[in-house]
Amino acid sequence: MALPPFERLYEETSAEIFAFLARRLGRARAEDAFQETFLRALRGYGRLEHGRHLRAWLYTIAGRVVIDAARAEARRPPLAAAEPAAADARPAYAELEHLASALPPTERAAVVLRYGYDLDYAEIGAALGSSAEAARQAASSGVRRLRGKELPV
Amino acid sequence: MTVPADLDARFRARAAEEGLLDVATAAHETPIGTLLLAATAAGLCTVAFDPEPEATEERLARRFGARVLRSPRPLDPVRRQLDDYFEGRRRSFDVDLDLGTVTGEFGRLVLAELARVPYGSTTTYGSLAARTGRPRAARAVGTVMNRNPLPIVLPCHRVVGSTGSLVGYAGGLERKERLLRLEGVAL
Repeated sequence: MALPPFERLYEETSAEIFAFLARRLGRARAEDAFQETFLRALRGYGRLEHGRHLRAWLYTIAGRVVIDAARAEARRPPLAAAEPAAADARPAYAELEHLASALPPTERAAVVLRYGYDLDYAEIGAALGSSAEAARQAASSGVRRLRGKELPV
Repeated sequence: MTVPADLDARFRARAAEEGLLDVATAAHETPIGTLLLAATAAGLCTVAFDPEPEATEERLARRFGARVLRSPRPLDPVRRQLDDYFEGRRRSFDVDLDLGTVTGEFGRLVLAELARVPYGSTTTYGSLAARTGRPRAARAVGTVMNRNPLPIVLPCHRVVGSTGSLVGYAGGLERKERLLRLEGVAL
């Protein structure tokens, strides 16, 4: 599946991403987060290899932006701001999100996108603003942590 | 919840400012109808009559990269120049061009010659062919005109048949006639 023009993805998702960000951050802070989400998406878009899972990919970026905004402003633990929005996503996402919710954010995103959405590591790397190799390491250390229950307190 | 219009506009402008787009597009109203304009970082790459934005965006994405977004600001210079042209205040266009959609050496040669045809005059398919060194290629010149990615800016409306008949125009003969009359050509 070829990558669609970014305009198409933006038209199809901008309203729901804005609503998602407004729920998490409040209407006022959602505006900056909205710009940041789609600018990050544009930076990664050219590196994607196909057009599958684009909504999941975008939500992961939006989730990262929420975490960053929460870190920057509220000094709340990042995981509190990153609670899953099950209603926004497919069931697989909600289920995995629950299991993985205690993982550090990067590992959580990598695990959810790898095993919940079957994205490849290049895409996950693009979504997380890192490399394919870093994404692979994040996913595998997330899985090890879940298996060994070495969850951070 | 809809995205506030000013936020949408700010995002589209910022995406272009930060150099994140492969192609910026904009619709532009003119006396001969709405044009779809598109530009890469290298320059103007599309002027299309009777826009079908989705099909055009797909084509642009395949050719130049998938980061295609409606973002009018990069197209402001050409939009102003088009307005001036249609009001009779401008005779030629001064914008960078990206001929990346033109395949083949011959097509590029013909378009380069076409760009030299002066405002308010006409030439023929045959004479344009001769100027590219292939006097018998009038028909091939016609094909290049028909596929001209930048009508108006590259003035294929100034190319007519050897008997003076208008022959054809990708935007329709009525538009060709209006453009020539605007330039003061007696028909």
